[in-house]
Formats: sequence, structure tokens, C-alpha cells
Amino acid sequence: MVEIKDLHKSFDDLVVLNGVSFSVEMGQNMVVFGRSGTGKSVLLKCLIRLMIPDSGEIFIKDKNVLNLNRKELNDLRKDIGFLFQGSALYDSMSVRENLEFPLIRNFSLEQDEIDDRVHRVLEAVDLSDAIDKMPSELSGGMRKRVGLARSIITEPKLMLYDEPTTGLDPITSKEISTLIVDLQHAFKMTSIVVTHDVLCAKIIADCAIVLDGGHIVHEGTIEELLTAEDPFLKNFFSDEVINNNGRD
Amino acid sequence: MKFQKDKLFAVTQHRLSSFFETLAGLSIFSIRFSKEVFLPPYEGVEIRKHMIELGMKTLPIVGVTGFIIGLVMTMQLQPVLQRFGAEAFLPGAIAITIVRELGPVITALIFAGRVSSGIGAELGSMRVTEQIDAMEVSGVNPFRFLVVTRVVATTFILPILTVYVIFISLVGSYIAVVLVQNMTWEYFTGRVIFAVEFADAVPGILKTFIFGYIVGIVGAYLGFNAKNGTEGVGKASTTSVVASSLLILIFDMVLVKLTLWLWPTVK
Repeated sequence: MVEIKDLHKSFDDLVVLNGVSFSVEMGQNMVVFGRSGTGKSVLLKCLIRLMIPDSGEIFIKDKNVLNLNRKELNDLRKDIGFLFQGSALYDSMSVRENLEFPLIRNFSLEQDEIDDRVHRVLEAVDLSDAIDKMPSELSGGMRKRVGLARSIITEPKLMLYDEPTTGLDPITSKEISTLIVDLQHAFKMTSIVVTHDVLCAKIIADCAIVLDGGHIVHEGTIEELLTAEDPFLKNFFSDEVINNNGRD
Repeated sequence: MKFQKDKLFAVTQHRLSSFFETLAGLSIFSIRFSKEVFLPPYEGVEIRKHMIELGMKTLPIVGVTGFIIGLVMTMQLQPVLQRFGAEAFLPGAIAITIVRELGPVITALIFAGRVSSGIGAELGSMRVTEQIDAMEVSGVNPFRFLVVTRVVATTFILPILTVYVIFISLVGSYIAVVLVQNMTWEYFTGRVIFAVEFADAVPGILKTFIFGYIVGIVGAYLGFNAKNGTEGVGKASTTSVVASSLLILIFDMVLVKLTLWLWPTVK
């Protein structure tokens, strides 16, 4: 489904990605860990060509993303959902308009079908009552849910999540993570999740990679990473593990 | 002393390079606009929405300004013309001044202050909160949806506002005249129509299309390329006003010269 080969990205003298390679199989959920500023979000943005990498190759559904023309890229993007860190809801539009926007712009659907999809995704994220609210009237957790609903309304095959639980309390964080898994199963999606929330990763991930210094320094299942004897991983996960055990 | 000189040199160099960088960026942005504006889908509904929104937002302030300018200009000019026994030329002189220069430029400058900063702030805020990225990811061309629609709207709404300001200014002028002498509205407008020629009105209105374009494209460019969070949004907003106002005045200078060259009757 997704294959990345030898990806490099720098900003002036700062090397962010330095030869990152990995692949994600269809239906798999991969979590990308790493300290702040290690290029996790940059990696996601390169994947969907919001940023152009300096070198390397990115294949999604066997298409080389970096070689696609504008139209081909837009067609591919219709099959990809992206949940931004701050949800990125359109401020000037109501929840309904936010959800309708990608459908009206990209698909020739009847209004009945659009209404049906809007109600279906809002029900899925348990926010049917917020349909006519403006984003400024929503709490952080509600914004995440609406952002999630907008991402899945086009029924994408691949979902990219950029810090889906950042800034949320542990309970809402757990709810969002569970919701992601539920939607994953309902819509049969593949996903890549950038996070440093271990609880979220434990709920979502089939496999995980850890980025540091522009490289993938570890990969495996969450359990393997959490129980590894490597000093970096022990240090990285120590606080998170303590916190999560406390929550459990 | 040498340290200060070096610092001054470095600051000047930085400002100059940043100025030319912005100019180059704006030129590339304008070229992209001229390509994308003719490509479907044409966002008629969005353009109309922005025209109404921007027009309504500016209508009261340009109306009040136009009225006061017409009134004050007349109050100032009346005693001067009276000194030369040329009071009869007052409506014509005021009308020509307003139609040819003051109406278009004042309206454009107020429009720049109100609208260019608004576009800069709005798009800047959308950029830093990743709304533009979200639009792009969802397969929608944000340049066409956000930039083209706004620039087309400003280009076409400013001439309409200018005609409105010219009319309101003439009303203000008439009120100033009536305060000191007897003159009917019919006589006043008759003198205005007699004095203002086609070659006075058309270039004056035509240049407002260019001013409208400047207001839209500068605000959109700075907002669309905003960086560094809320600080970047503020910078985009304030720089939009300064840059578009300056460009309006520079283009006005060029366009006046061009008008006099193309229409030699406008003297």
C-alpha cells in the first residue's frame, strides 16, 4: 500500500530525514514514534506531497507520488484522509459545510447522498448534535472528532494521522484512539499514525517505527518496543509507560 | 563606529534582499493567478459571495469619506474661485478632480486598508492553522478556491465602489455649495455633466480595476505565504496594507502618465 525508499529532507542545514525507508501493508496500522522535531510530521507531509523531499521515492498504491502530475496527484489524494494535529477545520464553515466540502468539490453526488454521508460520519464520531455548529463553538476533543469525520467522509483507503491525541485529556485521548480503530475496521483502511502517546499507539498499532536523528532507529510491534532493553527506547518510553500504567 | 557601519550595511542588505524576494514572489504569484483564472471550474458563487462581502464591508467607510471629501474640497475651493470671479466653474472643477483622481485613489486606499489586510489575515490564519493544507489534501486547489476568487472579487468590486464614492462626493459638494449660495441640484449636475468628458471618466474608472487587482493579489500573496504562526499572520495583515497602498500610488503615477499619452485630450 505504502512504500518509502531512502527519503531525505533538509531545511537549510538542518537534516530532518536522512534515508528513511519502510513499507506499510494494506489494512495495517503503523505508528511512527520519535521525539519532537525528529521529522515525524514532515514524513507525513512528504507522503502526500505537501512537502517535496530532497530525494528518495514514495509509492502509494504502486504510484510514485513524486512523479504524478497535478491531476493524478489530486485523484490519488481523494483516496487518502489526513487528520491534522490542530484538526484544521475551516473556520468560516459550519460542521456540516466542513464535511460537505470535499464531497461537493470532488464527487458528483446527489444532495441526498451527501446528506446521508454527513449524518453517517457524524453518527460514527458521536457528534450528530453538532451538525450546525461553527468550529469555534467546539471543544478540542469535538474538533478532533469532526476532523476525523471530515477525513473519512470520502471513504479513503489510506489514513494519515498527525498527533491525533495531542492536547487532549487521557479519557478523550483514549476515546479518540478507540474511535480510530473502530473506524479503521468499519471502513477497512490502512493507516499511518504519528504520535508519542503510547496509550494511543497501544490501542491502534499493528507495528511501529521509531525515528531519531533522521533515521529509523527501531521497528517492531509496540510490545517489542516497550520491552526492549535498548537504553534509548527505555528512556523514551519510561515516562509514558508509567503514565499509561497509571491510567490502566 | 566601524561596527555600527557594518551593522547598518547588514540590515540594509537584508531588507533589500527581502524586498526583492517579495517582489519576485509576488510576480510569480501573479503569473500563477493569470494562468489559473481562466481554468475551470469557475467559482462564480464564491466570487459573488466575496464581492458582496467586501463591498458591504467597505461601503459605509468609503461613503462617509467620499461625502466629506466632496464637502471639504468645495468649501476650500469656493473662496479661491470667488477671488478670481470663477465661481460658476466650481461644480465642474470639483467633478473633474473627483472623477479623474481623488475618487479612484481615495477609494482604492481605503479599500486597501480595509480589504487587503483582511485578506492577508484571513489567508494567513488559514495557512498557519493548516486549513490550506487540509484543502489541498482533500483534492481541492486552494489557490483557485481562495486566491483567484478573492482577487477577481476585489478587481470587479472596486470600480463599483468608486462610482458610488464619486456620486456621494458630488452630493457632498452640492451641499457645501448650497450652504453658501443658491443653486438647484439640476443646475449643479448640469454643470458637472457639461464639464466631465468621456476621456475624464473612463481612464479614472478603468484604473480602479488595476487598483482592485493590486489590493487582492498583495493581500492574498502575503496571507497565502504566511509563516511563523500568529506573528506571521499579523505581519501579513499589516504588510498587505502598506505594500498595496504604496503600489496603488506608484501605479497611479504611471497610469496618469499613460492616460495623458493615450488620450491627449485629457489635459
